[in-house]
Amino acid sequence: MAFLTALVTLCLLQSSAALYFHIGETERKCFIEEIPDETMVVGNYKVQAYDHNVKDYMPVSRDIGMHVDIADPDEKTILSRTYAAEGRFTFTSHTAGEHVICLNSNSSAWFNSGQLRVHLDISVGEHAVDYQQVQAKDKLTELQLRVRQLLDQVEQITKEQNYQRYREERFRQTSESTNQRVLWWSIAQTLILLITGFWQMQHLKSFFEAKKLV
Amino acid sequence: MYTLAAFCVVWIVAAHCVFGGELTFELPDNDKMCFYENVDKGVQATIEFQVITGGNYDVDLELTAPNGQVLYKDIKKQYDSFTWTAQYQGIHTFCFSNEFSTFTHKVVYFDLEVGDDKPAVEEMGSHHTAMTLMETSSVNVFESLNKVVDHQTHHRLREAQGRGFAEDLNERVLYWSVGESVLVVLIGIGQILVLRSFFTTSTKSYSRL
Repeated sequence: MAFLTALVTLCLLQSSAALYFHIGETERKCFIEEIPDETMVVGNYKVQAYDHNVKDYMPVSRDIGMHVDIADPDEKTILSRTYAAEGRFTFTSHTAGEHVICLNSNSSAWFNSGQLRVHLDISVGEHAVDYQQVQAKDKLTELQLRVRQLLDQVEQITKEQNYQRYREERFRQTSESTNQRVLWWSIAQTLILLITGFWQMQHLKSFFEAKKLV
Repeated sequence: MYTLAAFCVVWIVAAHCVFGGELTFELPDNDKMCFYENVDKGVQATIEFQVITGGNYDVDLELTAPNGQVLYKDIKKQYDSFTWTAQYQGIHTFCFSNEFSTFTHKVVYFDLEVGDDKPAVEEMGSHHTAMTLMETSSVNVFESLNKVVDHQTHHRLREAQGRGFAEDLNERVLYWSVGESVLVVLIGIGQILVLRSFFTTSTKSYSRL
């Protein structure tokens, strides 16, 4: 049983992503995901530190973890946790919009002492669903699983279309607001110019009359 | 129990097939961001990128093979898509550069696809018998829906780009209008003050004489 648990854990660990990039130890890197509401997002990551002895990137032996901050479109933090050097984070969006996922290592160094290699993979919506689990839990045949996958895909497409409609409305509102602003500010500036000119002439006239030049 | 173990073994083996990824990140001015991906020999990969916000909506991209050969290098591109077949197995590097820009940071979206899509469940990928008509239809629908999702992503990016520019324009119209109004009033007052100073000094000099 313990062997099986270990094997399953090994399976989960092995599915870490292969796309990676380098960041400094104290550096913070943010990624933006524009998603509709009620969408699940799963991020898998793995951190490796540069080992000067081996001249290569090795799994972190020190207590370096990854601090993950996730902000919703209203800039409210919905997740702020420190995870181990390798793991995954999950969240479901409740508002449609741009979510910002920020990663930084919780290293206590004061300056950039080393480079970290971060493997990252962010899956959104139906890509984040684990169909192995779904099949095992609901005991579906292969065809049923395929249909389930298609249903999830179509649901995600519908959500994205709804979000698209809301975004276009916002775009239209912004354009109409610009149109209004250009109109009213042009009129306002013309009026300000006329009033200023008028005030100038009035002021000069009273000034010359006071100076007995007129 | 042994099926689960077998599943896991197959999964470990299969999970080493790379699949790339899509990310949207912010590239500060004068900065360069590199990503690395392991691609096997003979595998076809596609890199696609688009600049969503920032300045002239352009960025430099350089794609390097494991042996140092530059596969793709272009400057100040807004959007591009490049497909290549890996000649060597190893780490391919692609770097986005905003070093030509002095103060505009850019938001860049890229999508790296390596090889074919992984099937959701392992047994869907390996078929010992021919697929039934239902299964073939569902595969076709799945691929069509993938294309729909792809089109949706492109539409979303274009719309985000347009919307970002419109919101920027809206703000700029307000700031410049307020600025110009204040400037007009200040210049008006300034003109009066300067004119008054002409007449004030001349009467003083007249009285001295």
